[in-house]
Amino acid sequence: MPSLKELRVRINSVKSTRKITAAMKMVAASKLRRAQAAAEQARPYATRMERMLGNLAGSLASQSGAPRLLTGTGKDDVHLIVVASSDRGLCGGFNGSVVRQTRAMVGELQRARKTVKLMVIGRKGREQLKREFSALFVETYENVGRKGLTFSDAYGIGEKIIQMFEAEAFDVCTIIYNRFKSVIAQEITRQQLIPFPVPEPALEAPSSDLKAIYEYEPSEEAILSDLLPRNLTVQVFRALIESFASEQGARMTAMDNATRNAGDMINSLTIRYNRSRQAQITTELTEIISGAEAL
Amino acid sequence: MAEKVEFELVSPERLLVSEPVEMVVVPGSEGDFGALPHHAPMLTSVRPGVIDVYENGKVKNRIFVAGGFAEVTEERVTVLAEEAIPVAEIEAEAVADRIRIAGEKVEEADGDRARNEAQRLLRIAQALKAAYDERPVL
Repeated sequence: MPSLKELRVRINSVKSTRKITAAMKMVAASKLRRAQAAAEQARPYATRMERMLGNLAGSLASQSGAPRLLTGTGKDDVHLIVVASSDRGLCGGFNGSVVRQTRAMVGELQRARKTVKLMVIGRKGREQLKREFSALFVETYENVGRKGLTFSDAYGIGEKIIQMFEAEAFDVCTIIYNRFKSVIAQEITRQQLIPFPVPEPALEAPSSDLKAIYEYEPSEEAILSDLLPRNLTVQVFRALIESFASEQGARMTAMDNATRNAGDMINSLTIRYNRSRQAQITTELTEIISGAEAL
Repeated sequence: MAEKVEFELVSPERLLVSEPVEMVVVPGSEGDFGALPHHAPMLTSVRPGVIDVYENGKVKNRIFVAGGFAEVTEERVTVLAEEAIPVAEIEAEAVADRIRIAGEKVEEADGDRARNEAQRLLRIAQALKAAYDERPVL
């Protein structure tokens, strides 16, 4: 049985923990609102670009001589996995689930005798993957979008991926990130970046029709070879911005839970504190009374 | 004029403009083109330059774009811009800075790839300066 003093100290320390987690929750909530707005504002660009690319790709994918970002290298021996994690912890299962997914994917690919390379964004992901897979790391990024995520952050990463692809360092590129579903739910997502997965409806539509619909300036091929690298960057940007919003959401939920748990703990500790105080008083009284009776 | 064309200008960070207008003139990579309602559908890349938005036969709004893509359909013009700044908000100092930085990058660049990239930035900066210089003086 801890002494009264120990209990009092314990209660105070849990109280200050609760203050911290409550404050962190508020911070995450305000960041979340901004991140969510940013994610929503970024959507129109990405969806319109997808639509354009879908139109183009549908009519060109079947032809030979299409850009390699679209068709791939024709092999799938070397896989590059881009992992989007966060720089900071204390956000519940956010990084854990990205890392778990990555581990599963690396396992799958290695069993299929493929070579795997990893590009890790975020300090936490790197730390957690370092022990097992540090040999697979090709590039790691930290502090991406520390002061608000901008397109140029994604641009650097996209450039790097394209450079590696052109140097034939890998055949297939996939990004793993947390898609923002709602404040309390994040959905872990694997998205293939290279070769670009042509959306189904575009493939179904007969390509001759599409060609008839649009005129192209300067030419289909030229636009496509411009559009593809751009699209890659946009997809990276979208993944990062979604991941950032998810991180804030996850942190907010985690801190909300922590605040509630701290409250529960304070209640149960206070009850214990009062009980043992009562017990002590009772003991003292019994001692005094029995002492008086003995006289 | 009753008929209008829906003009959308989107940058990676957000949707900048979405409104029905009379005509837009877009700096296509093969030359400027004006898009009125019922324009033939086309897809084109956009060079760094200024988009003019026309209303009642006059230029209502001028927006600088740093290149991108445009999709024109009968009822809509969508411009995906890498960067977009209303011409009225361009600042002389920022323009000078960009040209200087881009110029330095061209000097420093080693390898074709880096040089191409730096030259692209320089072209954007120069187009921005041109847009700033020809703005109507109020």
